Amino acid sequence: MSTRPGELLGSSTLADAAAGHASRSLWAQAARRFRRNRAAMGSIFVLGLIAITAILVPMFWPHGIEDASWEKILAPPSFDDWHWFGTDANGRDLLVRVFYGGRISLTIGLLTTMVALVIGVTYGALAGFIGGRTDGFMMRFVDVMYSLPLLFFVIILVTVFGRNIYLVFVAIGAVEWLTMSRIVRGQTLTVKGKEFVESAVAIGMSRRSILARYIIPNVLGPVVVYVTLLIPTNIVIESYLSFIGLGVQEPLTSWGLLISQGSGQLDSAPWLIFFPATFLAITMFCFNFIGDGLRDALDPRDR
Amino acid sequence: MSAFILRRLLIAIPTLIVIATASFFLMRAAPGGPFDAEADLEPEVLENIRAAYDLDKPLLEQFRIYVSNALQGDFGPSLVYKDFSVTELVAIGLPVSIKLGVWAMLVALLLGGLAGIIAALRQNRFIDHAVMAMAMTGIAIPSFVVAPILALFFGLYLRLLPVAGWNDGAWQNMVLPVTALALPQVAIIARLIRGGMLEVLRSNFVRTARAKGLPESQVVIAHVLRSAMIPLVGYLGPALAGIMTGSLVIELIFNLPGVGRYFIQGALNRDYPLVMGVVVIYASLIILLNLLSDLAYAALDPRVRRAYR
Repeated sequence: MSTRPGELLGSSTLADAAAGHASRSLWAQAARRFRRNRAAMGSIFVLGLIAITAILVPMFWPHGIEDASWEKILAPPSFDDWHWFGTDANGRDLLVRVFYGGRISLTIGLLTTMVALVIGVTYGALAGFIGGRTDGFMMRFVDVMYSLPLLFFVIILVTVFGRNIYLVFVAIGAVEWLTMSRIVRGQTLTVKGKEFVESAVAIGMSRRSILARYIIPNVLGPVVVYVTLLIPTNIVIESYLSFIGLGVQEPLTSWGLLISQGSGQLDSAPWLIFFPATFLAITMFCFNFIGDGLRDALDPRDR
Repeated sequence: MSAFILRRLLIAIPTLIVIATASFFLMRAAPGGPFDAEADLEPEVLENIRAAYDLDKPLLEQFRIYVSNALQGDFGPSLVYKDFSVTELVAIGLPVSIKLGVWAMLVALLLGGLAGIIAALRQNRFIDHAVMAMAMTGIAIPSFVVAPILALFFGLYLRLLPVAGWNDGAWQNMVLPVTALALPQVAIIARLIRGGMLEVLRSNFVRTARAKGLPESQVVIAHVLRSAMIPLVGYLGPALAGIMTGSLVIELIFNLPGVGRYFIQGALNRDYPLVMGVVVIYASLIILLNLLSDLAYAALDPRVRRAYR
């Protein structure tokens, strides 16, 4: 929970690889390497399946997420009456709740990562471009934030401003941009000093085309890798908050909340924790495999 | 080295100031005051209460009082646990949390270290892949999933260990929470040690050690491990921070009377002084431990010092 995925990433530079080739061939090579990675390709398939079922199943399933049936309280999984995953303490169908919770968990994972992406990329790119004393000051600020136990701050924010699902987005996103800004800033600095940028300046390319053609493509690689590792981290943070009762609130649900409810009824109804925990774990594995695959594909020197 | 210490201190001090400031002003920005529920109070009584808590003074003056009290270890009274001050609650919970955390740390270092060493020495063999797969599982599955499953399996099915409770820290009650708390760190430490060992195993001084005829066990223990352990020293700070945050849910799941349980109860009941007090104390602890871990790291590895310049 405490490790930020970027720490395991190191500061990889694609700049060297890009120096000799057009950027398109670099991406084509990376795509080829990625497609050969079976674990990563399989993960994309499984993740897609989970996402699609999370969207579709609650629409067409015979039970709604709040349909309680008093005759079927804590019914074990069975194929009768479409309770494939069993029912919870209120007689609600677990399968539809797991898929509905998946919608919320995945959405929160994606949106919080977007918040972190926007803040982190803007901050890091600005620091890297401006350089000098401003850069030093901006990065010292990141150092200061970095040594804070950020989860505690998310908890403070949620405590003080109420348990609002949108606040959870902002709170998680607002504390998880630090590594992103470091990666982007480091990458920007490295690329800025490369000969191919110098030669582009020498032949009179405009700042904007240099940015679009050289800087952004080279900064993008590590960012993409970090994003795929940040999504699962944020899903876990959301689950953690929901687990302790500070995240998603009933009648909405998420994997974390389902796991929390299931952990209270372990002995009488173990399926209540089994299904949401399995979906959460599979999702974690998939994102991690994809992240590792992307890193290997984009930066082969690490292998 | 002294320049490095100075630099790190220059980061640690503003961090503490940021924590104190942010927690104080967030607390004051909270919608609704702590005495809103008692709406029938006479205006004079309310005035007296506000004066007793210094709420009638200007905000900056309140901040000054808060900081000077906090520096003396006084974080005010808890709003929910009547008759207890925040400091007293932390003093009650801290021994439990520390005992849990220290044991988890020891287990993580021992198991993680051992697994990492074995994996590195048998690189690309079956045992290496098995260790790395388990490490990935440990990183992918959060502790609040592992903990209930452990309780279910060892507590309810096998009836080997108590499902929950503290029982004055009897070892039977410690096993499951410590395991659940240590597992994610075991995974990370195993990866770290394996990576460090693989790098060192290929280096010239190890080849020299082998060439001069040292037995392999001595090469590994005296030469490889010594260098491979260094990154671990730098990770000790973050690991402790991870254990401290992980401890919140573990104490909740196993119903242990540590700081984490008070903290979460406080957060759920909007007991602002308690939440802020715990955050300030834990954050200071984490920063201090991070600082120590970084300093030790820099003392052992001169490259780190240079990178900081």
